[in-house]
Amino acid sequence: MRSAFAIMEKELRVYFTSPIAYVVTAVFVLITGYLFYSIVLFASSQSLQMMRVQGALPQINLNDLIFRPTFHNMAVILMLTLPLLTMRLLAEEKKIKTIELLLTSPVSLIAIIMGKYLAAMAVFTIMLLFTAYMPLLMGTYGSIQWMPILTGYFGVWLLGGVFIAVGLFASALTENQIIASFVGFGIVLILWLIGWIAQGMSDSPLGPMLAYLSIGEHTENFIKGLTDTQDLVYQASLIVVGLFLTHRVLESQRWK
Amino acid sequence: MIQVQNLTKRYGDHTAIEDVTFNVEKGEVLAFLGPNGAGKTTTMRILTGFMPATSGTATIAGHDIFDEPYEVKKRIGYLPESPPLYTEMTVTEYLRFIAKIKGIERKQRAQALTRALERCVLTEVRGRLIGNLSRGYRQRVGLAQALIHDPEVLILDEPTTGLDPKQIIEMRQVIKELAGRHTVILSTHILPEATAVCQRVIIIHEGRIVAVDTPDQLSAQLRQSEKIHLTLKTPQPETADVLKAVPGVLSVFHEPSSDGQVFIVECELGRDLRTELASQAVHHRWGLLELRAVTLSLEDVFLKLTQEEAPEITA
Repeated sequence: MRSAFAIMEKELRVYFTSPIAYVVTAVFVLITGYLFYSIVLFASSQSLQMMRVQGALPQINLNDLIFRPTFHNMAVILMLTLPLLTMRLLAEEKKIKTIELLLTSPVSLIAIIMGKYLAAMAVFTIMLLFTAYMPLLMGTYGSIQWMPILTGYFGVWLLGGVFIAVGLFASALTENQIIASFVGFGIVLILWLIGWIAQGMSDSPLGPMLAYLSIGEHTENFIKGLTDTQDLVYQASLIVVGLFLTHRVLESQRWK
Repeated sequence: MIQVQNLTKRYGDHTAIEDVTFNVEKGEVLAFLGPNGAGKTTTMRILTGFMPATSGTATIAGHDIFDEPYEVKKRIGYLPESPPLYTEMTVTEYLRFIAKIKGIERKQRAQALTRALERCVLTEVRGRLIGNLSRGYRQRVGLAQALIHDPEVLILDEPTTGLDPKQIIEMRQVIKELAGRHTVILSTHILPEATAVCQRVIIIHEGRIVAVDTPDQLSAQLRQSEKIHLTLKTPQPETADVLKAVPGVLSVFHEPSSDGQVFIVECELGRDLRTELASQAVHHRWGLLELRAVTLSLEDVFLKLTQEEAPEITA
């Protein structure tokens, strides 16, 4: 456990001494911020219109009108940015041969993987915290329900956890960072697209099955503000599978 | 300290090392000598637990490397061929990280760090980024990494490659100082290095051990005769027989070369037959191009042992 923290600390140091954490965070905050701004603009014009039609202050739900699309946007942007955060985690160690150092130190493979995973999660959590101005702003100037927003954040956080586990796995496969990021992105995209395929097959028995496998399906409830054990189990098992496969890949590479 | 028994490693059809068996005593400095691709790195990687062997066993400080990898890894310091450095860290940051993953207790870390910096003469550059250091310093940081936790066994894979002559001498000095206190295995393909720093040499070729002995003993083995190298431009078919007839000559090896014919004449120990051979060559008009005594060194042992199995090259 102590060695996992040592690895995590080292990864965090690398994240923040190189530009990568700053760049990824900046791009994420910038794009989500812009999209949030345009959503708020759209919502306010809509409420003005409703006011004109109804002649009274309309009852609009800010959670539904603003935060649901915002969480969706975050999910898509995370799909594009988190692979950039995870790509170097193992690929770089293999490329510069420091993996030899880690594997000949009295550190277990699990500690190495957990250290790296937790470091990426920490950076991602900081990224997400930067968007906290959105509910704070809305809460100050409007009335919002806090629980659904917290649940939504939790859902996006879990989703990011899956993306990072998948990205770490992709990083274990190769020593080329670009390939690692692209493979990570590809896997996540496929998990997402399964949902679309499922929609097109809604009349066949395969439809619901594919829908259950889709990652979007299991994020939707959280974004709506619902916590379902089924979604929790799905996301958690994807994380575990991702980390487990990472372990297997690293272990098998030792035998080659 | 180290017992290795019948270690074999195969990659598919390719056998990297076969039936490697040797022992190393506590405090000894042992060199693995062999051409590139002989299996030195593979053997070291197995000993350090980086990769498993196909068959065979090895124990380090009484712990089996396959059954108790953690116990073994705690007791080993390993410097791979290319030092495993994080170039974006400073020397101190890097060594502090190493101290943590090697399991050094918090209280002893600062002391271990200072000691490693001193032993590898790094104190001056402790605050600099590793990426900005010269090759020689990087190699020393690699060595500091290997010995920060004061391991009983040090495994150094070609510790002097890529260094300039001055740095090589410094590196050898550091390694010599490690002897006695640590058991050291190092690999090299530079022969004088093995002679300079090691008590015992293992010559490894094509994955097999071909000789184990002290450098002096290995040279002595071949010192059963003197050799004279003779290059002739126009030798006659009977040249070899004429040479053999010279008193004191034991045998004559003959091989063609690019600028004539090379004859290696083996003579009795303690006899210098150069003048006799020269007059023979002049007398028979063989076109003497070169004549010199072959000095025996570890190099000859090495070449002899590693070329025996190699296919004959005929021009």
